[in-house]
Amino acid sequence: MTQEHVAAPEFDYGLFSYDSKEQMLDKSKEFWNPGKTQFWIDSGVPLVIDRREEYFIYDMSGKRLIDAHLNGGTYNLGHRNPEVVQAVTMAMQHFDIGNHHFPSLARTALAEALIKTAPTGLSKVIYGSGGGEAIDIALKTARHATQKRKIVSIVKAYHGHTGLAVGTGDDRFSKLFLSDRPEEFPHVPFNDLEAMEDALRGRDVAAVIMETIPATYGFPLPNPGYLEAVKVLCEKYDALYIADEVQTGLMRTGELWGITKHGITPDILVTGKGISGGLYPIAAVLATEKAAGWLNEDGFGHISTFGGAELGCIAALKTLEICSREETRSMVHYIADYVAGRLAAIQETYPDWFVGIRQNGVILGLEFAHPQGAKYVMRHLYENGVWAIFSTLDPRVLQYKPGILLKPEVAEEMLDRTEIAIGKAFAEIRNERKSA
Amino acid sequence: MSEMTYEPLMVEPAGVPRGRAMVERADWAARAYAKYDVATVNRIVDAAASALAARAQEFARDAVAETGFGVVEHKVLKNIACSTGIVETYRGQDFVSPEIDDINKIVAIPRPAGVVLALTPSTNPVATVSFKIILALMTRNAVIISPHPMAKKVCAAAAKAMAEAAVAAGAPDGIIQIVEDPSIPLINALMTDERTDVIVATGGSPVVRSAYRSGNPAIGVGPGNVPVLVDATADIQKTAARIIESKAFDNSILCTNESVVIAEDAIADKLLSAFAREGAYVLKDEERDAIRSTVFPDGHFNIKMVGKDAVWIAEQAGIKVPAKTRVLVAPFDLVVPEEPLAHEKLCPVLGFVRVPTAERGIDVARAILRITGAGHSAAIHSANPELIMKFSAAVPVLRVSVNVGNSLGASGIQTNLPPTMTIGTGFAGRSSVGENLQPKHLLNYTRLAYNADAREVMPSFAGLNPWSSPTGPVPAYPLASNDRANAHTLAPIHREPISQDVAELRDEIRKLIVEELHALIKN
Repeated sequence: MTQEHVAAPEFDYGLFSYDSKEQMLDKSKEFWNPGKTQFWIDSGVPLVIDRREEYFIYDMSGKRLIDAHLNGGTYNLGHRNPEVVQAVTMAMQHFDIGNHHFPSLARTALAEALIKTAPTGLSKVIYGSGGGEAIDIALKTARHATQKRKIVSIVKAYHGHTGLAVGTGDDRFSKLFLSDRPEEFPHVPFNDLEAMEDALRGRDVAAVIMETIPATYGFPLPNPGYLEAVKVLCEKYDALYIADEVQTGLMRTGELWGITKHGITPDILVTGKGISGGLYPIAAVLATEKAAGWLNEDGFGHISTFGGAELGCIAALKTLEICSREETRSMVHYIADYVAGRLAAIQETYPDWFVGIRQNGVILGLEFAHPQGAKYVMRHLYENGVWAIFSTLDPRVLQYKPGILLKPEVAEEMLDRTEIAIGKAFAEIRNERKSA
Repeated sequence: MSEMTYEPLMVEPAGVPRGRAMVERADWAARAYAKYDVATVNRIVDAAASALAARAQEFARDAVAETGFGVVEHKVLKNIACSTGIVETYRGQDFVSPEIDDINKIVAIPRPAGVVLALTPSTNPVATVSFKIILALMTRNAVIISPHPMAKKVCAAAAKAMAEAAVAAGAPDGIIQIVEDPSIPLINALMTDERTDVIVATGGSPVVRSAYRSGNPAIGVGPGNVPVLVDATADIQKTAARIIESKAFDNSILCTNESVVIAEDAIADKLLSAFAREGAYVLKDEERDAIRSTVFPDGHFNIKMVGKDAVWIAEQAGIKVPAKTRVLVAPFDLVVPEEPLAHEKLCPVLGFVRVPTAERGIDVARAILRITGAGHSAAIHSANPELIMKFSAAVPVLRVSVNVGNSLGASGIQTNLPPTMTIGTGFAGRSSVGENLQPKHLLNYTRLAYNADAREVMPSFAGLNPWSSPTGPVPAYPLASNDRANAHTLAPIHREPISQDVAELRDEIRKLIVEELHALIKN
């Protein structure tokens, strides 16, 4: 009797398997998202994230990358942070998503923790299942509170892709789906107070929504005093100030919420991404008593089955606790300081190529002297073992987002690799120019 | 290649992850501090020491209140000795700048350990915390204190006072941290963490042994059980005064307090009378038996007795002694393991054994150290250098206090040994260090060594210093990069060398140390 040996698939994940990375990419195009899949292949970043731990991600090929993208801060605490994994795993012995109709153990506990650590004045929490939904909740809340409809955001803003949120952002994502509504969503240039005042003067604006530092636009920094002045204008013209802290919250600026560094108490604050601990989707809106009036008028006003899923609340509670530690705050300051010093030295080597460093804490935008410069750097970073992404709405600028718990030796390694990649990207651009 | 991994659910007790966070923070702080220059290091050390010394009284009182043992005024003395006292001892010594040896063509560059995990005992809580912090700061290390749970509040207050002063003087943030709620799992996690560079363990044997088992470099010290030989050539009156003062010090909770006096027959009675004049009460046989069963019920030391005063202990045994009694002297005959009085006694009960000759006394001292205390310390009171040499060579300890009380003699406060709160017990005491713990134990040196060939000349390295201290807070507060011009609007850290007040305070303290030591010796 002969036995037939069937080779085990090389990539076996239990419930599914792939024979090869090529096969995986083919299926990705066939069944999932051909545009996106092909985009990364064409960009020289054929990444399929397999194993992940701390601030390391591994491609299916086994290639290790230091994650300096963190998916917008989702992996602020690293991938599969052991403390969050433990909290969620333990919670699964008791909790599930929960039932959004009823008062909930975990939602209430997280709400209390969020309010206790939030800027003073914020007093109520409303949950979403993701950042986009949370933004929609924030905008609806502002409309209810002011009984006005207009929402002012900045040109090239990005607040998500859901029904209302997409209106606040760049046309690219709203026009595609015939969802642009310019009359309700005026956009004003960033750092332009006059334009802001013009937009608000009619007193018909419900809220101004601002990322404390606009991420997808490449982290252009607000001019000193700009956000503070916008807040004053909001007060002057009876509009609410919504702080989108999805990417700037959770200690990434060296304080738990970036907006507190400006001394601003927003009427509404939105958190997402990182608050999930990277393990269970959740987002939250924090509002002042005055803004959150609808919760008394009609508590069922916004319904979300998965919003504030109790397992997500557990992940968020642990995440918030880790982010709030004195040790964490200290480490972020060290990391920010170290990264600043190393990048300044790299900039001295390539002053005509690496032309700008935008930094607040561990939020960084690196500017390069080429309209698509960040795409070159991204590719060379990938080849040299670091994953960081270009800014969709300003591809000169690389988003560079180290984790808040980064160990010194990993920080050193990341900067060593970054230095090489910036140099190689420069060499490539120079060669292109020469041969052109 | 990839495979699914199912990691077992690891449940860590509360506090452990927080402990790891402390080590990470310390790692960053240590890296920053390792680059500081000697002037700044000295300023930081002075600031931290003065902050402790200024509150020596308060911390002494709080330590006695929290632990329930010891003597406030003795703890004040130790707190000062282990803060500004230690700083004065090493003033002028440089553990930072490169040392140049032109003759051998070697330059030694000090290299700090990095993250020091310091375990401190309940018996000597604040003094040990301060001592280890000062040593770590002098050598540019970050330090995490894990205090004994019985003394955690006062230790936290002391460490925080020193940390604030150090950072205000320019030290990196997080250079001194303290575990506020110590637990066994947390201490194990800290000890086994690969970012812990060295463990300095002072405490009971279990703590010291687990430090050595951790897999990390460790400096641990064993227990004491101090034999004291008094021969016929000794000045009996002075000897009695010294022994009783030393035994009574801090109600005898130090590992250096005398355990058993071994007296040559010829002077034994005279010595006992002199003890009585110094405030000791010599127990009669039945009283001794009562004390034995009170202090060692079932043969095991009763921890309720730790650091209690002599009158209270006598009362527990149903013995009435004069109110001023400082030490209970318990004569017994045979030094063997089953005799509880031959063991370490962390209270003012002093064993007393007669020997026919001083030679025989050496054997008895060895017998005491066979029970426990090898590698630690012994004392001898004698005018005979031959005997002193013979004794010192024969008893397995690494320091012998001669004609001085052992509690402050072995710890270098009344001798010229390096002052310490951590007595290295060496190989005999299962430790990696045989000296009194001192700054050099927390340092390595990188030695750059030139070709020995005379034709290869080593150029002058004089004046070359790789270290420089930052001018602002470490780390810098993360201001937005387009707003750094405004940095000056933030309150600058105070960096004047040492303010007049602090300098005055230091003089005060120096005077106080001298006076107190003087009083102690006179007594």
